[in-house]
Amino acid sequence: MSRSAYNPANRLRRYVQTLPAVLVIALLMGLPMVMMGFVSIVERAPDGGVHWGEFTLRAYSNFLFEESLMGGVELNTDYVTIYIRSFVLSGLTVVGTLLIAFPAALFIALQPQERRNFYIFLISIPFWVNLLVRNYAWILLLRTNGLIDQALIGSGIISEPLDLLYTDIAVAIGLIYSFLPLMVMPLYAALEKFDFSLVEAAFDLGANRIKTLFYVIIPGVRPGIVAGSILVFIPGLGAYVTPALLGGSKSMMIGNLIENQFGAARDWPFGAALSFVLLIVVALAASARILFGGKEKHL
Amino acid sequence: MSNRFQSLPWRLRGLRSATILLFAYLYLPIAVLFVYSFNGGAMATIWEGFSVRWYGEVLSSANFRAAATNSLVIALAAAGIATVLATMAALGFRGRKLGGAGLMMPFLSFPLVIPEIVTAVATLIFFISIGVPLGLVGLIAAHTVFCIPFAFLTVKARLDSMDETIERAASDLYATPLKGFYYVTLPLLWPAVMSGFLLAFIVSLDDFIISLFLAGPSSTTLPIYMFGMIRLGVTPAVNAISVVILVLSLAVVGVAALINRFNRI
Repeated sequence: MSRSAYNPANRLRRYVQTLPAVLVIALLMGLPMVMMGFVSIVERAPDGGVHWGEFTLRAYSNFLFEESLMGGVELNTDYVTIYIRSFVLSGLTVVGTLLIAFPAALFIALQPQERRNFYIFLISIPFWVNLLVRNYAWILLLRTNGLIDQALIGSGIISEPLDLLYTDIAVAIGLIYSFLPLMVMPLYAALEKFDFSLVEAAFDLGANRIKTLFYVIIPGVRPGIVAGSILVFIPGLGAYVTPALLGGSKSMMIGNLIENQFGAARDWPFGAALSFVLLIVVALAASARILFGGKEKHL
Repeated sequence: MSNRFQSLPWRLRGLRSATILLFAYLYLPIAVLFVYSFNGGAMATIWEGFSVRWYGEVLSSANFRAAATNSLVIALAAAGIATVLATMAALGFRGRKLGGAGLMMPFLSFPLVIPEIVTAVATLIFFISIGVPLGLVGLIAAHTVFCIPFAFLTVKARLDSMDETIERAASDLYATPLKGFYYVTLPLLWPAVMSGFLLAFIVSLDDFIISLFLAGPSSTTLPIYMFGMIRLGVTPAVNAISVVILVLSLAVVGVAALINRFNRI
């Protein structure tokens, strides 16, 4: 097959084969993205939708300022607060998943080959369970007089329900739970290739466990840590399901704010602007990997 | 390999318990949900004895059935179309480097890196602006887009590791390109095509946000139906719906894993 690849008819055939998939993504994803950028700079129509010809940057200034009832302009920090909360929660999710995943990934990487594959298989399974289902399970656990309360009250550790559900803590727990497999995989991939004779050498040279961890293992698997952090941070930032199910009205994240613009608020340009900013942040986060990720490439 | 770093584990103690905790964290919520879906009582989190009554109620609900049918139709169509397109593309990229491949190939994984909510917003704006009605057809089109990378990466991985000499032998023995493809390439590639299809199928089945934006009143999917039920209240019926969705996805994953296991060459 590959020998005949030199003739022009063959090249044409290969282009005809590859183009449909590329075109589908260009037309149904690329073009809509461009359109979204355009919608973010036109005037909104009050019933949802937009006035195509009237350009305005209102959607972007809306982010910080709002028109007061008197007709002046006032600072409004509500939306910035939501953006900051999203960044903090996604950052916490990265730290949380890293702390939980690292020891386990290290343990798995030290196992014999067959057991390693089995462990990794077990970690990947929950990832294929619907996100809604996984987050819903935490409602059963966290709700007032739910299963965690029942267990803790039953064993006499607490006497009053914890009231965890609909708080930022619940959202953080849900986010960490949702994206944990995304952290384990690249960490494991890096640790699996790590040369552990270096650790033995460190121990032989008198380094303790903490020093070995920070001066030998962590620098050695840095690309894995960076990849995992970005893989967790990006979906965390755009999360909708977890804050919608586990968060209260005060734990809204960017995703919920965006959704709101296409539902109750009917402000398409603002929703498009919020999405566009999110897209840019994600692109920046993804390029951070190239800056800090070192030479190695991971999925 | 089994005595890899025998001198290490005692120095790295604590790792085993950390791993056990990780697995407990991953599986306990799912296990709890599973157990409580068989709760006979009327409250979601107060156990009142074993029963399958909620499964009976859920499975006989007309709304649930309609949602399940929609989900399956969309997943089947989107994953099917995506797999055909992705397989063609993967075959096209094979062999001598194609001009523009460096640009086109990353483009095919583009949907993977875009936050779902952004895709949902952009697609909604696009569909409304050009007049695509919200409903099954639009949903299938949108699902096809994000299904493509899953099928493409799976098929491409298989092609990259495939031994070209067998195909070369076929053409040396005067097989026409079409015959060579049909009798040699395709049988070797088939398991990857199937598992690519199944992965795409699950991803489509599980999609929530994009479907939420694009579904019309008569094209509710299972996750949207479940979300609506949760909004109405945390009830044992929702537990049962969750487990039905969970079992459905895991069954498909299981089949994909089996296909991979039995066809490893």
